[in-house]
Amino acid sequence: MSKMHVKLTVNGKQVEGLAEPRTLLIHFLREDLKITGPHIGCETSHCGACTVDIDGKSVKSCTTFVAQVNGADVTTVEGLTNDDGSLGVLQEMFREHHGLQCGFCTPGMITRAHRLLQENPNPSEEDIRFGMAGNLCRCTGYQNIVKAISASADMLNAQNQPSSREAVGQTKVEAAE
Amino acid sequence: MNDQTLTPEERAANLKGMGSSRKRVEDVRFTQGKGNYVDDIKLDGMLFGAFVRSPYAHARVVNVNKDAALAVPGVVAVLTAEDLSPLGLHWMPTLAGDKQMVLADGKVLFQGQEVAYVVAEDRYIAADAAELVEVDYEELPVLTDPFEALKSDVVLREDLEGQTEGAHGPRKHHNHIFTWEQGDKDATEAILAEADVVAEEMIYYHRTHPCPLETCGCVASMDKVTGKLTLHGTFQAPHAIRTVVSLISGIAEHNIRVISPDIGGGFGNKVGAYAGYVCSVVASIVTGRPVKWVENRMENLMSTAFARDYWMQGKIAATKDGKITGLWCHTTADHGGFDACADPTKFPAGFMNICTGSYDIPTAYLAVDGVYTNKAPGGVAYRCSFRVTEAAYFIERMIEVLAIKLNMDAAELRRINFIKADQFPYQSALGWEYDSGDYHTAWDKALKAVDYEGLRAEQAQQIEDFKAGKTRKLLGIGLTHFTEIVGAGPVKNCDILGLGMFDSCEIRIHPTGSAIARLGTISQGQGHATTFAQIIASEIGLPADDITLEEGDTDTAPYGLGTYGSRSTPVAGAATAMAARKIRAKAQMIAAYLLEVHDDDVEWDVDRFAVKGAPERFKTMKEIAFAAYNQAIPGLEPGLEAVSYYDPPNMTYPFGAYICVMEIDVDTGEWDVRKFYALDDCGTRINPMIIEGQVHGGVTEALAIAMGQEIAYDEMGNVKTATLMDFFIPTAWETPNYTTDHTVTPSPHHPIGAKGVGESPNVGGVPAFSNAVHDAFRPFGLVQSHMPHDHWRIWRIANGLGMHG
Repeated sequence: MSKMHVKLTVNGKQVEGLAEPRTLLIHFLREDLKITGPHIGCETSHCGACTVDIDGKSVKSCTTFVAQVNGADVTTVEGLTNDDGSLGVLQEMFREHHGLQCGFCTPGMITRAHRLLQENPNPSEEDIRFGMAGNLCRCTGYQNIVKAISASADMLNAQNQPSSREAVGQTKVEAAE
Repeated sequence: MNDQTLTPEERAANLKGMGSSRKRVEDVRFTQGKGNYVDDIKLDGMLFGAFVRSPYAHARVVNVNKDAALAVPGVVAVLTAEDLSPLGLHWMPTLAGDKQMVLADGKVLFQGQEVAYVVAEDRYIAADAAELVEVDYEELPVLTDPFEALKSDVVLREDLEGQTEGAHGPRKHHNHIFTWEQGDKDATEAILAEADVVAEEMIYYHRTHPCPLETCGCVASMDKVTGKLTLHGTFQAPHAIRTVVSLISGIAEHNIRVISPDIGGGFGNKVGAYAGYVCSVVASIVTGRPVKWVENRMENLMSTAFARDYWMQGKIAATKDGKITGLWCHTTADHGGFDACADPTKFPAGFMNICTGSYDIPTAYLAVDGVYTNKAPGGVAYRCSFRVTEAAYFIERMIEVLAIKLNMDAAELRRINFIKADQFPYQSALGWEYDSGDYHTAWDKALKAVDYEGLRAEQAQQIEDFKAGKTRKLLGIGLTHFTEIVGAGPVKNCDILGLGMFDSCEIRIHPTGSAIARLGTISQGQGHATTFAQIIASEIGLPADDITLEEGDTDTAPYGLGTYGSRSTPVAGAATAMAARKIRAKAQMIAAYLLEVHDDDVEWDVDRFAVKGAPERFKTMKEIAFAAYNQAIPGLEPGLEAVSYYDPPNMTYPFGAYICVMEIDVDTGEWDVRKFYALDDCGTRINPMIIEGQVHGGVTEALAIAMGQEIAYDEMGNVKTATLMDFFIPTAWETPNYTTDHTVTPSPHHPIGAKGVGESPNVGGVPAFSNAVHDAFRPFGLVQSHMPHDHWRIWRIANGLGMHG
């Protein structure tokens, strides 16, 4: 099948490549760019393990063609780590509150939570549960995921930072505890 | 740091050993998307495999035409049973003593069965070509009901025709697999005949699926130069897989390296050996290139590892005061087209004979009949220790049914029948020796915690309000006291394919006082790298943070039977403690030498050996480790390492008391869990944070199973629930918050007293949710209604009881 040229920004870096019109974004990310944080859990948009952030929206990359996002700005969980390599606030809080077990849903969870906190910096428990309902977890029962997101919101608000992307390093996270 | 300034308690805390809610070491990778799961593995020249699967549940395969598929550019091979047959690999042995087709050999027995395997340059081409394989089928009559199957003239397993003896004794019918009997039939029937009260009910535990978020898959890579096969895969038992691959392929075991990388949840789905593994290995041998196979979600739900599907006919006898005198159970077990249940060899129905539960039942009888039907094979322990979930659900429903018959409070009925603390170790009527327990204490604590009396009063008020037309909602109080049996198991009675179910740990202490430990188990999210390091830290006094833990690579880890049935802590955890104790024993000799005293004149003190009576004279474990590598100590070999293969003397018997408070809308069938209280007693607690996480997750899986999750078939054998649209997995929105609690009754035979916890919440959770639904409708005459209790089925209960006016 003939291939098309695609160009997009992924985690702040310009990338380009050749892809078939039918190539799914998740496969382009995982196989061409070797960004394997987003996972494939269902291939039908139900589980959310493949969630990435595209131009400020949470999107399930298992049902998105890479051709559809030509020119877009894509963020995956890899892009939510601090520039110095330390864990971003959400990543740290998921660890702190035991918000993950097998880790398979975690990249999608954290990426979705990142957007949720942009959409609503002060979510109630109900807001978090509703806002995360597109991401399934088989291990945790969500209770600690909700705690982790709530703690992240508190921490981000305390630091008056709009996003975990530019946020604080490990030392500040520890200082806030 | 001058250790002398720290108290023993402070030094112990610095180790982050047992009892510490140590943060997980795995999470640094996982939270950054740096896990390494099977589908993340990419090898040079790797091909992709995809299956052609049967759309029919029962059909003859008349012809398979590969031509169109082979003509697709990028297709490397198309395998059928005909291609595998010369290698003897078109069938494979199952874990249950049966055999199973790898690729359809003349017929198919369930929808989704593997018919051909396409190997191509990428996954898109493989999927394209799979569509082009032309298969001619001739439909056959379909049997989806196990009771019908036992009467039908239709022969499902023609390959077994005329065989009246199966792997587990006589076969009574051509669709019958085995009968398994435990206990005393005559005595039990005599008690039933004379009892004051007998309650009888059919309890069905429906077919469901473990459905981990990561599906099954593998990458097989045959190196033609070295003759070595490397098999990466989603294996809960990598060492057993290596042995199985060797036995069925003929490749010498030392030439096979099996690696389980990070596993995205298992829950029993990843115990078995699947056609995808065999085909990938063959494809790699044939092509000389690595071959990856990863099933999609639909394939996962349709073909690998169903769970449950037990029809349990029960009779329970009691005195009029509620003292249980006998229990009788006959189970019809729907095993699908092949008997691929993952149970220890001598237990074709797993540990179903734990079905006397937490109760002192003097006489009991259990019979299980396994049956072939046109459904997928499996019968795995979905977050459960070999059918314990079925057993616990059965007894916890029968107790409720008996309570109705006796017109008694179900909490009180349980209390008067519990095995008493002073009866342990307790010999059950169906053959088990329960190691330890204190059920009354746990039960009283649970009832008090939820204010049981208050809840019953509130429920009574709500019923009055309902009858008065003030509300359309009912309150259900779901009670459960479960006893598990985990940690298989003693090698003398537990094996899988002849491999004794011991487990292992090897520990090496490095000269600078850090360590690496390797185990025969494999984490699928349980946090082994965190918790097993804690056991070692407490045993040998090196900080958990300085201990690396590895599992899953058969070239480096000691042989073990893997992780399922909550056996990691009971068996490999015990091996870990024993290996650590061997190291400590040698360390004691080194310390005595360094301190110039007799071995018996030093004593262990958290992280050091000190001279008895002179605590200021000591050698820390760190100092001892260095000495082991730099001193020539008379009579001792250099180095400091140990390995332990642990064969447990008995299983462990975790237990718990769960209470669910649920509100049910009579008109819509909707439910809302208002409160869920889970008290677990898993013996010694290694990491409370992880235990709590396991309970949250297990109860949520129980919520799914009890309230909607099922693998349902229509009468044609079509799977009706093969996507996550139809197969219920609760989201954060439906899932309640849980209150966790505990008591601690250590296992007397386990080196650290731990019992295992991962599966308890599923075992206890399902009856707690189901009993809540039943309890809500009990005042209106409901005795038994089968799970899953989805909105429609709950609505139907209300409708059937005439509650819709």
